[in-house]
Amino acid sequence: MEKYREVGRQVKRVDARDKVTGRAMFTDDLCPKPCLVAKILHSTIGNGRVISMDVTQAKVVPGVVGVFTCFDVPKTTFPVAGHPWYAASAAAKRDVADRRLLDDRVRIYGDNIAAVVAEDEVAANRALRKIKVEYEEYPVTYDPREAMRGTNPPVQEGKPDNVVGHTLAVTPEDRLRAMGYSSVEDAVRDPRYHHFAFHAFTGEQSQAHIEVCVSYCYEENGKLTCVSSTQIPHICRRIIGQALGIPWGSVRVIKPYIGGGFGTKQDIHFEPLNAWLCHQVGGRCVKLELSREECFWDTSGRQPKDFEAEASVGDDMRLHARSIKAWSNTGGYIHHGHALVLNSVNTFRWLYHTQEDAIRCEAWTVHTNGPHTGAMRAYGVPEGIWCAECLMGDIAHDMGWDGVEFRMRNAIVPGYVDEFSPSNTISYRTDGLRACVERGKRLIGWDEKRREYAHQEGPIRRGVGVALLVYKTAVAPFALETSNCQITLNQDGTFQLQMGATEIGQGADTVFCQMAAEAIGVRTEDIHIVSTQDTDVAPYDPGAYASRQTFVSGAACKDAGQKMRERILELAARLYPDAQGGLDLRDHAVWDAAGNRLVDLPELALEAYYNLHRTDQISTRGQATVHQNALVTGCTFCDVTVDVPLAQVTVNKIVSVQDNGRLMNPKLVEQQMHGGMAQSIGFALSEELLVDPKTGRVRNATLLDYKVPTAMDVPELIAENVETQDPMGPYGNKAVGETPIISPAPAIRDAILNATGVKFYEMPMTPQRLFEGFKREGLI
Amino acid sequence: MYDIESLYEARSVDDACRALADDPQAIVVAGGTDVLVKCREGKLAGAHLVSVHNLTEELCGVRLEQDGTVWIGPITWFHGVTTSPVAQRAVQTLCDACDTPGGPQLRVSGTIGGNVCNAATSADTASTLLAYGALLDVRSVRGTRTIPIGEWYTGPGSCVRERDEVLVGIRIPRASYEGWTGHYFKYGKRRALEIATMGCCCLVRLSADKARVDDIRLAFGVAAPTPIRARGAEDGVRGLTVADAAEKIGLLAQRDTNPRDSWRASREFRLQLIKEMSRRSLLEAARRGGADI
Repeated sequence: MEKYREVGRQVKRVDARDKVTGRAMFTDDLCPKPCLVAKILHSTIGNGRVISMDVTQAKVVPGVVGVFTCFDVPKTTFPVAGHPWYAASAAAKRDVADRRLLDDRVRIYGDNIAAVVAEDEVAANRALRKIKVEYEEYPVTYDPREAMRGTNPPVQEGKPDNVVGHTLAVTPEDRLRAMGYSSVEDAVRDPRYHHFAFHAFTGEQSQAHIEVCVSYCYEENGKLTCVSSTQIPHICRRIIGQALGIPWGSVRVIKPYIGGGFGTKQDIHFEPLNAWLCHQVGGRCVKLELSREECFWDTSGRQPKDFEAEASVGDDMRLHARSIKAWSNTGGYIHHGHALVLNSVNTFRWLYHTQEDAIRCEAWTVHTNGPHTGAMRAYGVPEGIWCAECLMGDIAHDMGWDGVEFRMRNAIVPGYVDEFSPSNTISYRTDGLRACVERGKRLIGWDEKRREYAHQEGPIRRGVGVALLVYKTAVAPFALETSNCQITLNQDGTFQLQMGATEIGQGADTVFCQMAAEAIGVRTEDIHIVSTQDTDVAPYDPGAYASRQTFVSGAACKDAGQKMRERILELAARLYPDAQGGLDLRDHAVWDAAGNRLVDLPELALEAYYNLHRTDQISTRGQATVHQNALVTGCTFCDVTVDVPLAQVTVNKIVSVQDNGRLMNPKLVEQQMHGGMAQSIGFALSEELLVDPKTGRVRNATLLDYKVPTAMDVPELIAENVETQDPMGPYGNKAVGETPIISPAPAIRDAILNATGVKFYEMPMTPQRLFEGFKREGLI
Repeated sequence: MYDIESLYEARSVDDACRALADDPQAIVVAGGTDVLVKCREGKLAGAHLVSVHNLTEELCGVRLEQDGTVWIGPITWFHGVTTSPVAQRAVQTLCDACDTPGGPQLRVSGTIGGNVCNAATSADTASTLLAYGALLDVRSVRGTRTIPIGEWYTGPGSCVRERDEVLVGIRIPRASYEGWTGHYFKYGKRRALEIATMGCCCLVRLSADKARVDDIRLAFGVAAPTPIRARGAEDGVRGLTVADAAEKIGLLAQRDTNPRDSWRASREFRLQLIKEMSRRSLLEAARRGGADI
């Protein structure tokens, strides 16, 4: 493995001091007060049309500045997902534009139908309560498979079957015929093999980020400025421009520190409406801050999904064939569309498709009248791995096999290339999985616990479980991956680093400083990062998603750093023509090949700025376009106690070990893993947005009823890594932001199976579902 | 930003009563952990509030009266009850119950009197106060009256207290706690920041040899529209050995209760919890009373 000086150091977060002292400024802190506030009126039906609206009484509420309805806004539709916007040459890859600022066609319960701008929140809310709405109502559909049979009218015009996307990856017929099968179904049901099948469901998890979605807008010098808590400032600028029908260059987006996003801020939910309202009131500063409740149903949670999965397996523990069908519920609007469920069925395949004879992965994404959904941490992967691991767990349990041994007989091996992905870019090049699993087994005490927990009876039982994971870094080859970075030499020999990529709490700023320092040949402490992205000056980067930044933006950062190093050495060579041999920058000085210290870096910087004969204030631009990918693997082991009569699961110990490639900063990796593991425990046991299927209304849109685990619900989280040197990452790195949320949930499911013999297919495994399962199986 | 039309900070209980009488829209606020939430939701938007928050001399604290009655000031924080030496000696199970609502922040802003007056069936102190047979003193410009807690609740979120009445004392008579030990069992879907899916309080008085249940009081929250006593179960196990009582109490308690079917939990699941929690609460209460079981 390559040796690095700065990369891999346990550097303290560059934003740590400001964040723990409360000095760090977030959107609402920066908003000039007093300012106008905007509040949205939401529909009280789940499907239908606004016939008319009476705002007379709302307009006369003291403090109200303006009331705007769905009949006042432009007819323009726009897309909201954080994806590239391709030129005409690749227009087919563009996102679908299906949102309006406010819409008279109500597709979900709580759709945005009017807005009030007022002097304060109380006046705005009082005005909202005085708006009278007349609706025409249609029946609500929440089940995607029911919606696929057609609704009248369709949720979105022009889609009579409500299908957003449909994909099928299947072993080619000639290969099946050569094995004597007519289809994959035929192969899966070959009587020479053991057959397993089930229906599964994964619920809508909500990001529940601490800082709500918030932005404020004002006009200045003929430009519109939007300060927003977003993961994707450059995309935000484009979408505001599209929605308002104004040149994108006349929009400026500023992204300060943000208090979590986990994907929901990879959509541009309300910035366009905020910008439009600001313009309606003469460019005065208007703030639009969602309530906690609105965040639950009016932003984008994880798409709920139904699955049917099947497998055939031989007595030799070899998987023979598998099939998965997935139906993903995108709700009333498309947002991220089909890409999410595609990730589910793809990762289902990749994890265990090393020696199977046949595979079939089919997926649909469907509109319903449920809340619109979109990106959430790991973007469909946890759901696909949930299904893959339910199958593996069931098979090992029923066949009496060791769950680890059976999985490792079938798990992805180095050299695996996905035959169904474009350009053979989904390829498993470096492998830490085997070492991860060995370490995980040791840390949990797998063999001892399997023996100890065998043949338990009684109301309270212990269990131990395992699950593996695979995850693909960034969005190539399915979409464009590009990034830019700017580094400037300061007068004192330190450096300014301006990324287009965004810090969203994950620690990106810190690892970019480390990567830049590594490339230049200085200390991380010599790098001053500009944390804020201001689209007027920050170089282009699409933003924080897909665990892409360290991999893709890191490549741009390395490129800029290497260029900076070259330029510094060129300058030194010019100033010191008598130097011997090639020059080197180390220890804050430039050295020649003979070991002569030519000049200290601060002195050289002064020459760069103020040399009387030739100045060269060095600034370098790094650029990266990445077409390749890296696959992360890993595992989780956990130990649980199940109190059967109370339908309660306690996670006693949980261990995740991952191959994330080289670690840029081990402490930050551990922090990412801890957060992901806790969020996965929530997904496994308690976190689910509950929708009333009759009305489409979200029932539990509060932090009381939406159950994020508390510190008392989460045990000690043990997070470890096996480092590999990935050839595709700029410093051998793969990805880490999303990977930790994938394997803990299915490992908990496996441990419950081990403890009780009861198979759960619906996630989260809430007390209610556990009770029903134990009752069904006669344990209660 | 809360939509509050007016806030009057009362200088005494009498002053609060007068303010409530003067303004027919006025309502009492103490810790605010229920009232302010409702203001924010819009249910109490534009509220006229009369605050008793600062009346610590008249309404805060826990003390032992001369006749052995435990007097609890209604604006005592949950945390104040939990940590009161008087309460710990006399009504330990109430201290335990007061340690379960929300998280640490809520327990130093929410008050026990607010919990009683809000009258939710899920209130963490409700089943315990019911089991202890608390007496509730309320005052208005019309005078003071005392309501036994068994007659307090009239439906989900409603009680016999009139709008203009201030809860001025919660009393637990000596006979209600002396010789009794108990256990409050809160079942939630997580271990903190939780509203009870089911709440169960069991108090027992054991025989001298600690083998039998001489007397028992079993009360529930969330097992019916209001907090309730399971009197059939109490009668069914009184006098039995602790082991026999534990064996029988679950099914009997199910017969006494009428939990609702909701998206938070099904009726069938809640009945299962009633059965299991009654048994475990009885056993724990008996253990605390010295039973070797």
